[in-house]
Amino acid sequence: MLRQLEGSRAVAEAVALCRPEVICAYPISPQTHIVENLSQLVKSGELAPCEFVNVESEFAAMSVAIGASATGARSYTATASQGLLYMTEALYNASGLGLPIVMTLANRAIGAPINIWNDHSDSMSQRDSGWIQLYAETNQEALDLHIQAFRLAEELSTPVMVCMDGFILTHAVERVDVPAQEEVDAFLPAFQPRQVLDPDEPISIGAMVGPEAFMEVKYLAHAKQMQALELIPQIAVDFTRAFGRDSGGLIRAYRADDAETIVVALGSVLGTIKDTVDELREQGVRIGVVGITSFRPFPLEAVRAALGHAQRVLVLEKALAVGVGGIVSANVRMALSGTRLHGYTVIAGLGGRPITKASLAGLFADAVADRLEPLTFLDMDWDVVNRELERIGSSRASGPHAENILRDVGPIAAGPV
Amino acid sequence: MFEVRIHGRGGQGVVTAAEMLARAAFEEGRYAQAFPSFGSERTGAPVVSFCRIDDHEIRVREPVMEPDALIIQDPTLLHQVDVFGGLKPDGYILINTAKSFDDLGLGEFAKGFRHERLLTVPAADLAREHTGRPVANAALLGGFAALSGLISLGAVASAIRERFAGPVGEGNVAAARAAYDWVRDEMRELTGAPSA
Repeated sequence: MLRQLEGSRAVAEAVALCRPEVICAYPISPQTHIVENLSQLVKSGELAPCEFVNVESEFAAMSVAIGASATGARSYTATASQGLLYMTEALYNASGLGLPIVMTLANRAIGAPINIWNDHSDSMSQRDSGWIQLYAETNQEALDLHIQAFRLAEELSTPVMVCMDGFILTHAVERVDVPAQEEVDAFLPAFQPRQVLDPDEPISIGAMVGPEAFMEVKYLAHAKQMQALELIPQIAVDFTRAFGRDSGGLIRAYRADDAETIVVALGSVLGTIKDTVDELREQGVRIGVVGITSFRPFPLEAVRAALGHAQRVLVLEKALAVGVGGIVSANVRMALSGTRLHGYTVIAGLGGRPITKASLAGLFADAVADRLEPLTFLDMDWDVVNRELERIGSSRASGPHAENILRDVGPIAAGPV
Repeated sequence: MFEVRIHGRGGQGVVTAAEMLARAAFEEGRYAQAFPSFGSERTGAPVVSFCRIDDHEIRVREPVMEPDALIIQDPTLLHQVDVFGGLKPDGYILINTAKSFDDLGLGEFAKGFRHERLLTVPAADLAREHTGRPVANAALLGGFAALSGLISLGAVASAIRERFAGPVGEGNVAAARAAYDWVRDEMRELTGAPSA
């Protein structure tokens, strides 16, 4: 049914339609509305049977999800930013144990400096935790990906993180098609766990493994993600058949077939990029877009096939690998190794800085003319950076960066944007 | 695409106003996207919300920087925040106040725009009359429906009822209708049309 909903509400309803049996969560912006909505659905009895466990931290949230999943309960949680970091140790346990937990990540920056706004630093920091990572472009896709995520997680017995841009999607009210319970039931079979903790038939899960078998056990997480490369597109096809919508998959190309320049990105910024690309196309610029939906597993072959014919690739990413530059671009370059394609890395939107069509149009024009530096920071205020660098150079006791820079920037006028 | 920016303060329902406007547009079969300015809002602090309305899917996610319309829920922001920034020359402004643009010291500023599109409405007074509280967000949407013709009063009423059940919803619908009538009468005066 078509409805006008906040993204968080749409995701909460999608999760509820998947009939989770245990939801455990700790509130953190911008994820909070999702679990608030779910707690109300549990309390009102609309989502039953389901136990909603209020926990005292994100570490506990993931630990409860692990315990619940190991008993054969479909388990769900959600978090963001520092919350994800706080559950890091448990994240690795969930994937190492092969437990099909589904988690929403409302993408948010990581401090210091503390910042509640959107970027991809949180999920990117856990890209090697063994979790599958799917990125939503719209709230409709966020809703759809959750339904696909439970099926994917349970078929492979591996955890899946659905990443959606904090505030930009979680707090946006837009049109979404919410499926009926019967449709979701037909698409998502009941959870048949591969391993179950049952007092009547006791087993242990999580044995210590020495050098004799550690690599083999560890490799299985990789093997499952390689299987996911096959399964994710199949599930997307099934989803389209069941719901009549094209959603999910590994990657998604837009006006890329004849493009000389291709922009690669993840998440909600793809919409703004597509609008900008349409305008440049009208001016005759042969430019296209490839959105990566599945960042883990990283679809090397699909990316290579989608980009291989282009002349240049611009990877726009909302995270910074301090000390080297791009994270997504390093993966894209791996996909392109051996080709002559040249590429640019653009770091954009950190800590919620708006990524505007005007800035993108200028950026893409520079890329098309090959005027870009290999590593570009979109809309960076270099005067502010250089002033602080001068302070650092001129005095040993130059003080804290954030406070110095805020003084330079001046009182934040609560302007229109 | 029609883009609206709403200014107010934390606690005045600025984000809810954008949501209700988007719901009203959805009700009429259009695509709409409402979102807040993503600040760490707190009571009394300046807050901004946005709403885009179009006949096809809205993909862009940037903040609204060149609005077609401004709704200003709190006139005390006028000299504190650049509320008018980026407004298109043929844009609409609706301010919640019993004063006129001249009274507000905006007479000179208003000359750069189409005067029949710049209106004020005592929405807080109308809200107090109909709901007992001076929360002007719903009333302003009624006024905005009249000013812009973008959405119908019926769609606004249905969006208000979806958000607020029972007497609170009905009170706000009544306030919206009163603001709608107020603005419509004001527009008739401005354009010299005979009053109803």
